[in-house]
Amino acid sequence: MRIAREFLRRPTAVFGLIVVLLVVIGALAAPLISPYAPDEQLFDGLTLEGAPIGPDAVFLLGTDTLGRDLLTRLLFGARTSLIIGVVANGTAVTIGLGVGMLAGYLRGPAGNALMRFTDLMMAFPALLLAIVLAALFHPSLWIVAMVIAMVNWVQVARIVYTETRGLVERDFILAQRSLGAGHGRIVFKHILPHLMPTAIVWGTLGIATTVLLEATLSFLGVGVQPPEPSWGNIIFESQSFFTAAPWLVIFPGIAILLTALSFNLVGDALRDILDPTQRGRM
Amino acid sequence: MIELILRRLGGALMILFGVAAITFVLLYALPADPAVQLAGRSATAQTVANIRHELGLDQPLLLQFVHYLGNLVQGDFGRSYTQKTEVMTLILARLPATLILMVTGILVEVAIGLTLGTIAALNRGGFVDRLVMTVSFVGVSAPQFVVALLLLYVFAATLQWFPMSGFGTFSHVVLPALTLGVLGAGWYARMVRSAMIDVLTQDYIRTARAKGVAERTVILRHAVPNALLPIVAMIGIDIGQFMGGVVVVEAVYGWPGIGQLAWQAIQQVDIPIIMGVTLISSLAIVTGNLIADLVAPLIDPRIRAR
Repeated sequence: MRIAREFLRRPTAVFGLIVVLLVVIGALAAPLISPYAPDEQLFDGLTLEGAPIGPDAVFLLGTDTLGRDLLTRLLFGARTSLIIGVVANGTAVTIGLGVGMLAGYLRGPAGNALMRFTDLMMAFPALLLAIVLAALFHPSLWIVAMVIAMVNWVQVARIVYTETRGLVERDFILAQRSLGAGHGRIVFKHILPHLMPTAIVWGTLGIATTVLLEATLSFLGVGVQPPEPSWGNIIFESQSFFTAAPWLVIFPGIAILLTALSFNLVGDALRDILDPTQRGRM
Repeated sequence: MIELILRRLGGALMILFGVAAITFVLLYALPADPAVQLAGRSATAQTVANIRHELGLDQPLLLQFVHYLGNLVQGDFGRSYTQKTEVMTLILARLPATLILMVTGILVEVAIGLTLGTIAALNRGGFVDRLVMTVSFVGVSAPQFVVALLLLYVFAATLQWFPMSGFGTFSHVVLPALTLGVLGAGWYARMVRSAMIDVLTQDYIRTARAKGVAERTVILRHAVPNALLPIVAMIGIDIGQFMGGVVVVEAVYGWPGIGQLAWQAIQQVDIPIIMGVTLISSLAIVTGNLIADLVAPLIDPRIRAR
């Protein structure tokens, strides 16, 4: 309750939450909201010269170069972004929690080896790695999600590692150990609950990063493949026309920006509320 | 100090070896076969086998890796499959363009970030602070390629102040540098604000004010230099990321840098170039971090004492 009340006191966080909810509703109700199918090439969707139509009363956000309704494609594209955002980031946070917790709890040579491995991953050029992997596997929704997860877990692992190191030293863990609690019990019943705020914050902030990365990969043509709509590949498909039809870049761009911004605002507010030492800092 | 440098250099070498090993295995485990790619669509199985033999791809993976490492320690990154040129030559030819973009991009980031972050910290909790924090969040949430395309649309296509793409004069670098700088400045602003807030609550700042030092001098001479430390670390990280990670900006603006080289190589499954660029980028990331660690004690004597 305290968390909800503090959250609602922040106008930017409330704005973020509303946008997130709108995007979720838009994605779920896409077929109900739009009278068109996302890959339907509409009979009156192009001008007589074959050019896309700008925003008007029939096509609220205009049509694309194949005469498909842009609003419909953006709504269905929201599904792509959210699925990848949740799956990829969920996987990244889970791996990060696992590796960080294990390394922090084990310490010693095994813990050190795990952290050296995360150092190694930090030295990889992340975007380049993602592009290489996505391009050379024949990209699909799930491949893109896994590629993003492989790139994004590292940061979570480092933060969780530091926190676990601190927790292991605390008296209540020592007490549990002297009471005869096994490793599994200590890790899952006593350490993991203390890491939940971090997991929740990164579970939210990470979605913003993931949505941006998916859009970037799809924009380069190595992400989600057309005709399956994604905000990034809508821009990819129309970028050579963008001076003639700027709405094909502007509207998907706004969708990406607003979604990423909103997850960032919500995650930032959660960090402030759940971790008082960070209050008002970043 | 020298012992620290040597230890860090050893660690950096280990990391680079690891990056090389992982990239090597990943690239050869991938479903895309460079020999098939090179041979073209109508090639016979014999042609593909010949090409594979010619490139040494028919040897065991471990042998190929040892061979690659052997050449690498001599500074030889191998030859490009498609361009039949030394990878090192190709990378060196692209290096100036990438370095120009990196330096100008970081300058824009630091200039905007330092200014906004300081202003926000001085107005902590006020309207200006909240405005700066929100704007910086918009910056870090904006997709680079959209901003790049919109800047092109407004300033190149419509107003025609700058060229659409290419490389060579100062006006070519403005839009790419602004794209990188304006978006990256968000992180810098948040970092500077956070560091400044820490510094401004320190006793020596109160002492300086109590002595009657002008507020302007307190901020510029006493506070800002001490808030620079996290900035140095950020620049170190950016040096590394920009080296291999400006693929998007280089693609949109047709900027002939390393990112574009990598992007073409990825499309052609030109493995030696991909390996080379990955390693150079990792080297830049490791070096960037190393430089940041070595510069830190120069800025902050307290670290030297530790």
